Amino acid sequence: MHHLDIAGLEARYGDHTVLSGIDMTVGRADVIGLIGPSGSGKSTILRVLTGLLPPVAGTVKLDGEPVNYADAAQVRRLRDRIAIVFQQYNLFQNMSVLENVCVAPVKIKKRPRKEVEEEARLLLEKVGLGDKLKRYPDELSGGQQQRVAIVRALALRPEILLLDEVTAALDPELVSEVLDTVRLLAQEGMTMLIVSHEMAFIREVASRVVFMAGGRVVEAGAPAQIFDAPAEARTRDFVSKILRH
Amino acid sequence: MSYTLQFGQIWPFLPRLLEGALISLQIAILAFCGGMLIGTVCAGIKSFGPRWLARIVGAYVVFFTNTPQLVQIYFLYFALPDMGILLSSFAAVVIGMTLNAGAYLTEIQRAGFESRRVSEMEAAEVMGFSRLQQIRYVILPHVARVLFPPLSNQFIIVTLGTSMAAVFGVEELTGEAFTINSQTFRSIEVFLVVAGLYVVLTLAASVLLALLGRVLFRVRTELI
Amino acid sequence: MLDQIIHEWPRFATWYNFIFIAKAAGMTLLLSALGCTLGTGIGLLLAVTRVTKARWLKPLRLLAFVFTEIFRRVPFLVTLMLCFFAFQATGYDVPLFVVAAVSVTVIAGAYLAEIIRGGFKSVHRNQWEAAATMNFSLIDTIRLVVLPQAWRIVLPPAFGYFVMFIKDTALASQIGVIELTYVGKVLNNKGFSAALSFGVILIVYFIISYPLSRLGAYLEARLASSRHRRA
Repeated sequence: MHHLDIAGLEARYGDHTVLSGIDMTVGRADVIGLIGPSGSGKSTILRVLTGLLPPVAGTVKLDGEPVNYADAAQVRRLRDRIAIVFQQYNLFQNMSVLENVCVAPVKIKKRPRKEVEEEARLLLEKVGLGDKLKRYPDELSGGQQQRVAIVRALALRPEILLLDEVTAALDPELVSEVLDTVRLLAQEGMTMLIVSHEMAFIREVASRVVFMAGGRVVEAGAPAQIFDAPAEARTRDFVSKILRH
Repeated sequence: MSYTLQFGQIWPFLPRLLEGALISLQIAILAFCGGMLIGTVCAGIKSFGPRWLARIVGAYVVFFTNTPQLVQIYFLYFALPDMGILLSSFAAVVIGMTLNAGAYLTEIQRAGFESRRVSEMEAAEVMGFSRLQQIRYVILPHVARVLFPPLSNQFIIVTLGTSMAAVFGVEELTGEAFTINSQTFRSIEVFLVVAGLYVVLTLAASVLLALLGRVLFRVRTELI
Repeated sequence: MLDQIIHEWPRFATWYNFIFIAKAAGMTLLLSALGCTLGTGIGLLLAVTRVTKARWLKPLRLLAFVFTEIFRRVPFLVTLMLCFFAFQATGYDVPLFVVAAVSVTVIAGAYLAEIIRGGFKSVHRNQWEAAATMNFSLIDTIRLVVLPQAWRIVLPPAFGYFVMFIKDTALASQIGVIELTYVGKVLNNKGFSAALSFGVILIVYFIISYPLSRLGAYLEARLASSRHRRA
């Protein structure tokens, strides 16, 4: 059974159709790299999957169970299993690093604070932020904030992690520290959907690459196929332009 | 609770209520315009004038913004006659409200003057604008845009404040309400209708001001 | 005017009058404090109602919207009279103080709702979204994320409103609540000159209001300089 099964997914912002019929399957421990020009709808897929933007048509199945996004209780259960990390980190500005990571497990999932904090410390240690527990988001660099955001998502113990252009807002020298963290997760077998412009990185960590344009999936396949021998002209065009940089 | 609302007796009085509303509007416009005059002069003095004069203006503003308008009008209406100055209730209300509005409008406009952006002025200077041209093309449009929303807001506050005139027997909207109430004893109905008229009056004023701001200063006001 | 006041002063400056005015000042403060605290509660409730999303809450959202719009567009005096007559119609003998307190709360609630809503809006959308994807309920989002960030934006105008509000309670004198303005009228009726009676009342209001407005200005300056800092 597929971990995530997306079929005929459509979404709109007002009158503007941003996803027109997406089909995609994600296996357990798959790392899907979503690439494509801006406005192609790749970030929108992640927003739809977490229920931030309700779809207008299509189905999403999680472990074979269809999800009804109009049902608040189902969306809540879904969000217990799928976590998202945003391009702009979206850390809570009023909370320290440790609090950002612990707040949802403790206050929402009602897990014992001691246990959660222990886990948070370990995770933060692992991404090299063990000495920043008491800092606030505005005291950290972008790369540090993004790593906190990833840890915050992991502390929710998700089955699937969605990463929305997590390096796009970072200065070039900070990109690698975040990618190292993501690479670690991939090795540990986390199911991930990664929207990114870091082609070299996608090529390295992704098990499958999906190329999107104009709200549709144009082509999907193994990284080597998409990057070296794309079947579609549009894919070829995009890949050659991106790789020339 | 066995009270049943009966508006039937109120409707014949509607023309009188509308006349009252007109007087309310008159008082509001008089007080606001007078207040703008005072406010502009005083804000100018506070921002650019000599120190001693700015102090006096400051005292005026502080006094009027820290005491109730109602008591200020009481003072004008009842205390001035002892000094030989007899004011009609209408005049006392208008003068009191003007002085009060003047104090608030001074503060609002001073804040506007001080929001001039240095970078824009520097840019204008580099582009060879004269001092007068800077004021005409850079400072005034900016100040107008910044000031328009709080000034519109103040106009609504002044309009609502005119209901105090009823306390002094002025036959504006609230005053009419008291009179009609004493003639019909349909108290709740009268005041409900009057409340509705105030909502309509201030909504109309807000909409007009928002349109005006959009046309004149390209101010985007969120109407509601 | 001045020689008249000097002439009246010995008769005016009695312990009895002092206590009379002090009690009235207490009433003014009590009304203001009630309006502000209860009004903050109601304002918060209204503001939260207006940011709900659920479709079945739409009537409630509309109600909250109409409430805030109307009570910010009806003069205090009219609201006060409406409350007064509405209580009268119930047939119960409700104390005037309660009538005034209810009107004051209703009006403060409407104004503070707008101020608080402005604060909510000042919190970046991405904070709301992050909370939503982490399964925060609306109340948890407000309590844990939004309010801790919005209070800096809310406090200065709210405080400014509180100070303004003290002066608005003067209208409670019109239904016979024995607060400062009412006492001014009583003193005037007792034969003291209007200049003295209302002059003293003006000064008492000033003594209450001025320090608070200075405190408000101080708060605003402090919060403005640290707007982007953490709590």
